[in-house]
Amino acid sequence: MSNIYKAFENKKAFIPFITCGDPDVETTKAVIREAVKNGADLVEIGIPFSDPTAEGPVIQGANLRALTGGITTDKVFDMVEELRKDITIPMVFMTYANVVFSYGSEKFISTCKKVGIDGLILPDVPFEEKEEFLNLCEKYDVDLISLIAPTSENRIAMIASKAKGFIYVVSSLGVTGTRSEIKTDLSSIVKVIRENTDVPCAIGFGISTPEQAAKMAGISDGAIVGSAIIKILEKYGKDAAPYVGEYVKSMKDAINLLR
Amino acid sequence: MTNPNGRFGIHGGQYIPETLMNAVIELEKAYDHYKNDPEFNRELTELFNEYAGRPSRLYYAEKMTKDLGGAKIYLKREDLNHTGAHKINNVLGQALLAKKMGKTRLIAETGAGQHGVATATAAALMGMECVVFMGEEDTKRQALNVYRMRLLGAEVIPVKTGTATLKDAVSEAMREWTSRIDDTHYCLGSVMGPHPFPTIVRDFQAVISKEIKEQILEKEHRLPDAVIACVGGGSNAIGTFYNFIEDKDVKLIGCEAAGRGIDGFETAATINTGRVGIFHGMKSYFCQDEYGQIAPVYSISAGLDYPGIGPEHAHLHDIGRAQYVPVTDDEAVNAFEYLAKTEGIIPAIESAHAVAHAMKIAPQMGKDQIIVITISGRGDKDCAAIARYRGEDIHE
Repeated sequence: MSNIYKAFENKKAFIPFITCGDPDVETTKAVIREAVKNGADLVEIGIPFSDPTAEGPVIQGANLRALTGGITTDKVFDMVEELRKDITIPMVFMTYANVVFSYGSEKFISTCKKVGIDGLILPDVPFEEKEEFLNLCEKYDVDLISLIAPTSENRIAMIASKAKGFIYVVSSLGVTGTRSEIKTDLSSIVKVIRENTDVPCAIGFGISTPEQAAKMAGISDGAIVGSAIIKILEKYGKDAAPYVGEYVKSMKDAINLLR
Repeated sequence: MTNPNGRFGIHGGQYIPETLMNAVIELEKAYDHYKNDPEFNRELTELFNEYAGRPSRLYYAEKMTKDLGGAKIYLKREDLNHTGAHKINNVLGQALLAKKMGKTRLIAETGAGQHGVATATAAALMGMECVVFMGEEDTKRQALNVYRMRLLGAEVIPVKTGTATLKDAVSEAMREWTSRIDDTHYCLGSVMGPHPFPTIVRDFQAVISKEIKEQILEKEHRLPDAVIACVGGGSNAIGTFYNFIEDKDVKLIGCEAAGRGIDGFETAATINTGRVGIFHGMKSYFCQDEYGQIAPVYSISAGLDYPGIGPEHAHLHDIGRAQYVPVTDDEAVNAFEYLAKTEGIIPAIESAHAVAHAMKIAPQMGKDQIIVITISGRGDKDCAAIARYRGEDIHE
């Protein structure tokens, strides 16, 4: 078992997503440290991919800026290793199957363990294809995070009963990006998840305001926010860290009011 | 050739977001039902014959044969189909299937525009809504096809992300499908993407090799020594190969777009320069860098300008059943002009890649041997680009 459970222990989790290397690694490190200082419970670090098919325009832009800035998988591992000297909360990677596969899946996942990564989110690896990654994740004690979508319906029980770490509940159809309104009946989805597992679940996709974060964390065990943070990076670039910190605090404060 | 998990050897699979899983499962169930349904097959055959103009001719290219002085050359004339390419075979099949599934809207990606035109055509015929994603770069290279799609009632969305070519159009169509699944069928244009697409598209394109076999047996009373087709994703090639896979004496040759040559970066020859990876829903060969970032590929042909290849081709390569050869821009353009002057047939620049390879091997073969080249499409759409390649600026 990884350390992911600690993010949800006696609290609702706030989970920021940050694309590594946008616009450079130094900024990413500063942003992650600020997010942790201001109450992040788990950090989701994106390893950029040239063709991120599950992402909307905002995170696509972050991937492009990071790759243009020269980020590589090896540099991401180096960054995590350094952050681990002072950051104790769980950290997970979000990337695409080819980034892991082309690095050599075993080399990638064993390095995750070595540098202190607790989990791996691969949005293009559904339940049916997870075996080739899951066996290695179990070998190296890295949780392969399952995703559940508004269209999962009859698949929720199957996915939830095998889930590890936490479950990423996708709030809406489509790709990542902020949304003014989330229409999916998430309470019903979470109910089925809870009937099938004790693994915590957090909701992501489309969340940007403290009100939305509180509402989503109220329904589930936590809220995941990506595009709204990337927009801050888009705006402030290398100076983004304090602004991200301020934003994380406002989101975490809203979630804390639930207690 | 497909095992139950949609695998061709190690290739294929379903590497897609969870959001799409029930959609592909629903598609697979519907296809498994309708592929054996006599009424569905009767309707599809009628569309093929009465609407698309099948069977397409198998033409003996006598002048070309004599000029090259070797093997006897036949051309499978998919360029004579309605809409001018093989793409209509797959599209009529998928549109009919989508209609039976109760879908009212088709979305598609397109490179050269041939698949987009075919999808817009089927949508018009069947009274369905149609949205086509096309790389912005390709909308410029193939402006005439953009107009044709709009004329047919489709909406064309230029894709500006990445290299603004075919791979980005596929990514954008996939993103669109995750946002609207209920009423929408993603009419994928090649033997690629997640299972069951590589199998469905292959089955609808297999009519090409089924006809070649019947026609060559009637004309020559024997099978050909080689069948040759161009390969991007690989739909006309798999259609050309499929019914010959078990006939081990028939060589299967796929011609990849080498662009400016396979020693440089400006190429789209996936088997010749790529390695195994996972992208666009499938495991297969892809042009990529050491960290798995997909390479910005290049070819003069917008239809072959794709960094991957269908999983069944990847498998046929692995087991040595089919051979995949690189053909450069220059060789393809020469073949384009050669076929026009020699036989009075202007092939698509995609198909010209296959003609180019036949021009290399035919002279080395005996006069008693037979080659079939699939002319996957007609070349009207390419005339302006080829003129530009030769330094002549013409306005369409």
